[in-house]
Amino acid sequence: MSSADRTQIARQFIEAIPFAKALSMTLQEIGEGRAVITMPYNDALVGDPETGVIHGGAVSALMDTCGGAAVMSHPDSPIATATIDLRIDYMRAAQPGQQIKTEAVCYHVTRAVAFVRATAWDADEARPVASATGAFTFQRAGR
Amino acid sequence: MKAHEPVNVIKTRRDAMLGRLTDAVPYIGFLGVTVDRRGDELTATLPFTPAIVGNPALQALHGGATASFLEITAVIELTWATLWADMEAGRIDPESDALPRMPKTIDFTVDYLRSGLPRDAYARARINRSGRRYASVHVEGWQDNRSRLFAQATGHFLMPQPASKD
Repeated sequence: MSSADRTQIARQFIEAIPFAKALSMTLQEIGEGRAVITMPYNDALVGDPETGVIHGGAVSALMDTCGGAAVMSHPDSPIATATIDLRIDYMRAAQPGQQIKTEAVCYHVTRAVAFVRATAWDADEARPVASATGAFTFQRAGR
Repeated sequence: MKAHEPVNVIKTRRDAMLGRLTDAVPYIGFLGVTVDRRGDELTATLPFTPAIVGNPALQALHGGATASFLEITAVIELTWATLWADMEAGRIDPESDALPRMPKTIDFTVDYLRSGLPRDAYARARINRSGRRYASVHVEGWQDNRSRLFAQATGHFLMPQPASKD
């Protein structure tokens, strides 16, 4: 299977997740334990009405989805994954009106656990808005 | 505070304040989260809808919906606790005064204890430390059984600073 086919299948899989769809997430890149997903700005996701800044929870949802996608694309081919824990550090407020882009990397797997780091940016890619670290279950076939 | 304020006056004031806090945040409406009050104790509800599912095969809640719900509960609790004394003393009018600025999340860690079932979820937050500048809040989330948490979270928040006087 070519990498374009694999990306297409993964995109359909991610975009079929109801909550990812509700937040209009789009898978941009995937493969080898790494994923990139974007989420457009949406007035309905605002957490602070005074500033128009997106709620941290929506950013969490994006990073969690991207982390799970990175785990599923690991070369060891897991059959399923679920989040064990996820910590997000909010470095600055995302600029209202701009999409948020997240890159997640599954940097290590054991027999049953995957470790993930993720970063999120708005249009200013020199200054991340948030970073995350998480542990996910790593379910292998036939176990 | 007046010693014998009529109970309906007290309830109306508190419910109006709480209603304004939750109505002000679009994302709370987006998820359909509601908040119940007993005295100063708040319990948030995340109603189940097919849109918050993360695993269609299991109909399990999306981890991001759970994280959002717990973070909303933490922020509402903190804002509510900050307002309480002024509201009770009549220093702010719950109907017309501007809402206070909201605390900003510094970090938030969610511990997923078991998969979220396709039914309503509840959460309560406890402020473990609240200083002038920083606060630490713990949130517990459950579904059918109060003692069987499906998720818990701890977050640190930067408290809004009063406007400087210069």
